[in-house]
Amino acid sequence: MNREAKSKRKKAPLEGIKVLDLSTQYMGPNVTRALAAFGAEVIRLESIHQHELTRVSAPYKDNVVGVNRSFVFAASNTGKYGISLNLKHPHSAEVVRRLIIWADIVVENFVPGSAKKYGLDYEQLRELKTDIIVLSLSAQGATGPYSRHPGYGFNLLALCGFSHFTGWPDREASVPVGAYTDFLCPWFAIAAILSALDYRLRTGKGQHIDVSQLEISPHFLIPAILDYTANGRVQTRCGNRSSSASPHGAFRCRGDDRWCVIAVFSDEEWETFCRVIGSPEWTKDRKFNTLGGRKDNEDELDKLVEAWTVLSTPEEVMTRMQKSGVASGVVQTIKDVVNDPQLKHRERFQILEHPELGAHICENLAFRLSKCEVEWKRPAPCLGEHNEFVYTKLLGMSEEEFVELLNDGVFE
Amino acid sequence: MLLHYRVLDLTDEKGWMCGKILSELGADVVKVERPGGDPARNIGPFYQDIPDPEKSLYWFAYNTNKRGITLDIETSRGQEILKQLVTGADFVIESFPPGYLSGLGLGYSQLSEINPKIIMTSITPFGQTGPYKDYKGCDLVAMAMGGFMYVCGDADRPPVRVSMEQSYPIAGAEAAAGSLIAHHYRILTGEGQHVDVSIQECIVREIFMELCFWDASKEVSVRAGPRRRRMAAYQRDIWPCKDGHLGFRILGGRLGAGTLQALTDWMDTENMAGNLKGMDFESLDMSKVTRAESQEWENTLLQFFSRHSKEEIYQKAVEKNMLICPGYTPEELVEYEQLEERNFWTELQYPELDTTIKQPEGFLRASEARCQIRRCAPLIGEYNEEIYGKELGFTKRELALLKKEGII
Repeated sequence: MNREAKSKRKKAPLEGIKVLDLSTQYMGPNVTRALAAFGAEVIRLESIHQHELTRVSAPYKDNVVGVNRSFVFAASNTGKYGISLNLKHPHSAEVVRRLIIWADIVVENFVPGSAKKYGLDYEQLRELKTDIIVLSLSAQGATGPYSRHPGYGFNLLALCGFSHFTGWPDREASVPVGAYTDFLCPWFAIAAILSALDYRLRTGKGQHIDVSQLEISPHFLIPAILDYTANGRVQTRCGNRSSSASPHGAFRCRGDDRWCVIAVFSDEEWETFCRVIGSPEWTKDRKFNTLGGRKDNEDELDKLVEAWTVLSTPEEVMTRMQKSGVASGVVQTIKDVVNDPQLKHRERFQILEHPELGAHICENLAFRLSKCEVEWKRPAPCLGEHNEFVYTKLLGMSEEEFVELLNDGVFE
Repeated sequence: MLLHYRVLDLTDEKGWMCGKILSELGADVVKVERPGGDPARNIGPFYQDIPDPEKSLYWFAYNTNKRGITLDIETSRGQEILKQLVTGADFVIESFPPGYLSGLGLGYSQLSEINPKIIMTSITPFGQTGPYKDYKGCDLVAMAMGGFMYVCGDADRPPVRVSMEQSYPIAGAEAAAGSLIAHHYRILTGEGQHVDVSIQECIVREIFMELCFWDASKEVSVRAGPRRRRMAAYQRDIWPCKDGHLGFRILGGRLGAGTLQALTDWMDTENMAGNLKGMDFESLDMSKVTRAESQEWENTLLQFFSRHSKEEIYQKAVEKNMLICPGYTPEELVEYEQLEERNFWTELQYPELDTTIKQPEGFLRASEARCQIRRCAPLIGEYNEEIYGKELGFTKRELALLKKEGII
């Protein structure tokens, strides 16, 4: 690119930011994925001996197991460089040193306390680079009596109170989507990292940030927590009910396991709702006139509403309700989501080519910036795919040194 | 960390979390409410169950640290004042229906003329553009349209959401991340921009695994109560025990073998290991196990769990490094030793109620900043004098006049 073309090219928001990603599974990789989407250079470091769990997680391309064939890994690591390094090899320390000097940000999720043995805890990293920003992600925080207890999204969701709040009051708890907390937490960590970067630009100081799923998750339940700490009440799951709306639920529609949600908050919305369903006789019953009355007779009301919804498809119900200004939506399957006209309009899903997965779906983030586009520079890396480029071009190793370390097994 | 920045927060409950996060990171967040207060102050639960816009625990939950002022932006004087505030602000967050602010002359393009550096973040049910942009949304609609509900709940009943609003805090958090990405562009170029957040899309990322299975084999996942059902696997994640439930999954290999072995050894001491005894958990691959087989193991485990309390099982899990967690209620979370030891809670002063309420102290620990709760959520118009008087220099008479005209 000549100089003129270069100056005309639009800047990416995180251009020039260098991230060393030592994290595994979902949360950390989804933090660095968002940074990569907006121009940060992210190097993901892995071991060849001990595969990152999401590399060996179903589903695989054509159902054939392989470290470069998991859709789970591909969907969390778009846009990054991938290198391999054996942290237990005696010659790895010098390679780590150069990676740290290269990086602005290090993201890690070692079990609290165990980064030290690899020379990778904050104090050690700061000696290599005084203004390094280290983001430590953990299940329950870097300190405290339970900090070393292993936790993954699929069981932390119980510890953090989400299963207690999912399902029906007369039944055992349901599981919200698997590994739920893993997907709630990245955004908080991204906001923290970007704030630390701003702080470093203004003060020249790096820092250590300690975030945990246990301490982010309660932020999704604060009203219920305050109902306990202020009022002594322990709330529990209630299906789809809401204290401020009725009807408020998922109603069966025409078709096989097809559902539509409807939510009526104000009395004005109730009147509109009644008109939309053709003002049948029962809607004139005075007990349904007020929110309190509808709440008191909600089981009966739900059955009456469903007698109407079941005659139509969920798309028809949603369209009729929304046309008149009543909140309503199809309970979409993943197939519906992928084909959703709104998401299509917003280009939520794009297709990327991956050397082993082939064409696969790559998701955008949930926000659009008016002046900056998400740019996926590459699909998720194959294991060790960018070793030569990263070690020689980005870190400046000579060819001889690279080959020597390679033959020595340092990059395994 | 963000001490130098001012945020104008015009959101209702859909966007409160965004300003809360920015405030915990240090920003000065000014909550702008309509005269009389944000209508979402009428959402419960309420302090001592007294419905009152000054007693909403829902409001208290998500508006800590913010300084609150009132302003009627539908009047021309109100619009002038907002523009005056925007000249001194770095971020504006809002959650009005798309087009509402532009109609008042307060949209991004209009505000960027006054302050080209301003970042405006809009949080709406479906985003600013597209065929559904004007659709009415709420948490239930977002959870349905985002694909979450279809895979959540018992198979013989309607799909469910989580019983507390989840899409709003998720959208607020993603909006905070998006606003700060735009902020870094501003650092590079000096230009602000418009950040357009779709609540529906925030939920779509929650069903990440469903998308992976769809992409791999066009498989449509379905709901299965306490279990997850995918391909051949039909696995429990939630397990009833003597006094509640546990979070646990039968897994072989590196991730799960140690847990299963330790659990089986423990069960064996009570002669309850049954068909789990002697199994080779290292080579166990749950994707190849039939439903009948996993059902048998499930029964053995359920029998054992039914004899033990969740705390008993959790203490053993910690001792033996087993991947098992208890299912906590809000009460148990508040009393959890780990959070207590980490000083996660603060007793926040509510001078008007003459009380303190225990609340989370912030979501992170940072070595260079104290990211914490500095003050409780504001009363209606509590900071009018401080901000309009001291900061914008309005005289007492002007303030009284604005109040009389219902502008503040």
